[in-house]
Amino acid sequence: MPQIFHPSANTLSRLTLFGMAVGPLGLLIVSYLLIRSPYQTGVRVIREQPVPFSHEHHVGGLGIDCRYCHTSVETSSFAGLPPTHTCMTCHSQIWSTSPMLEPVRTSLAMKQPIVWTRIHNLPDFVYFNHAIHIQKGIGCVSCHGRVDKMPITWKEEPLTMEWCLECHRHPERHLREKREVFNMEWAPPVPEQLEIGRHLIEREHIEVDRLTNCSVCHR
Amino acid sequence: MRRRVAIKRWDRPSRRSWAGEFAAIMAVALLVLTGCRSEMYEQPRYEPLEPSSLFEDGSSARPLVAGTVPRDDPRGAPPAGVPDEVFYTGWSQGKLVESVPFPVDRAVLERGQERFRIYCTPCHGELGDGRGMIVRRGFNPPPPYASEELRKQPIGHYFDVMTRGFGTMYSYASRVPPRDRWAIAAYIRVLQLSQHAEAANLPAEDRNKLPAVDEASAPRSQP
Repeated sequence: MPQIFHPSANTLSRLTLFGMAVGPLGLLIVSYLLIRSPYQTGVRVIREQPVPFSHEHHVGGLGIDCRYCHTSVETSSFAGLPPTHTCMTCHSQIWSTSPMLEPVRTSLAMKQPIVWTRIHNLPDFVYFNHAIHIQKGIGCVSCHGRVDKMPITWKEEPLTMEWCLECHRHPERHLREKREVFNMEWAPPVPEQLEIGRHLIEREHIEVDRLTNCSVCHR
Repeated sequence: MRRRVAIKRWDRPSRRSWAGEFAAIMAVALLVLTGCRSEMYEQPRYEPLEPSSLFEDGSSARPLVAGTVPRDDPRGAPPAGVPDEVFYTGWSQGKLVESVPFPVDRAVLERGQERFRIYCTPCHGELGDGRGMIVRRGFNPPPPYASEELRKQPIGHYFDVMTRGFGTMYSYASRVPPRDRWAIAAYIRVLQLSQHAEAANLPAEDRNKLPAVDEASAPRSQP
């Protein structure tokens, strides 16, 4: 009786069986890694900007407070992106002929806002509010990282739902005194943080059970 | 109607058609593609400062029409009995206001200090001596608050400068709400006083903390 299958068919069949078992798992792992990779989350991805603005220079080097430019962060859902007028408060005098700042000067002269490339963009079904986070004692650094060390702005955290919930479930890990909210250097004291955090939850009337309600973020 | 026509066509055995397979593939592709739509991510509404092709300047946020009056100013309306002119401009009938138009307590001064440190220290410095970081990087140095001339200015002057700008200093009216501007003005008075305080005016407990200053020679400005 002639052989129907070539000997290599043995290997092929084993491979197929193996692939059927491991393939779907592998596919899951790959897609899981993919959705958590910077390709999807944009974490630490450098985007080109019309002007290469350096927070490292302005915050770290010159010591300018976050709120000097992001004026509405304490009172509004939107932190506020400074109008050209704010840039020119200093740059009408300093670096006033720098070619790098030409788009800023043009913007002021033509009354055309500078179109920045947005780095932190939540889906439209998420209603994030800066003011409440600031007022209850979540530091800028908790979500934005050490902005004072960023020569060009990038996204430090993935801003995924899982990431948001981690803090909404355990705010005591991240809460700080209000006077430290804009402090870039502040880091949670180990191991007292949990105790301080629990105290702050009580003092600031944070209802942790409610923080994971769908409608807190989705309206 | 259409379906019947299609069935007729498929029934012909001689001409095998791939229409069925094609339709199936298209259906799957459609399902897959609908999964990729991001209508919920990008809803047809504007986020703050989102660009828009609708307007000539490319911005979705529209500038206020000249003369727009806030229906309810969230940044704090003038206290009862204080005319708008005084609270919003620091002027009263052609003269600069001499006092803050609301009671100044410790909370107001602390607010003023905090706001001063955010908006003013880059140029004026923590002490108000006009030697802030931006000045050290080449900005026109502002005069120190403690100068003879500035100490004589009515408090409305500081409010007016913050509101309208002065010399190379831009207006801060869009960044600092009126109540905070008054708080900063009050804190500027604190800075001035701190550098021209007379030891004799201090409460006894504070005076005792002074490092071994001869009581008689302490007040610099006494004749």
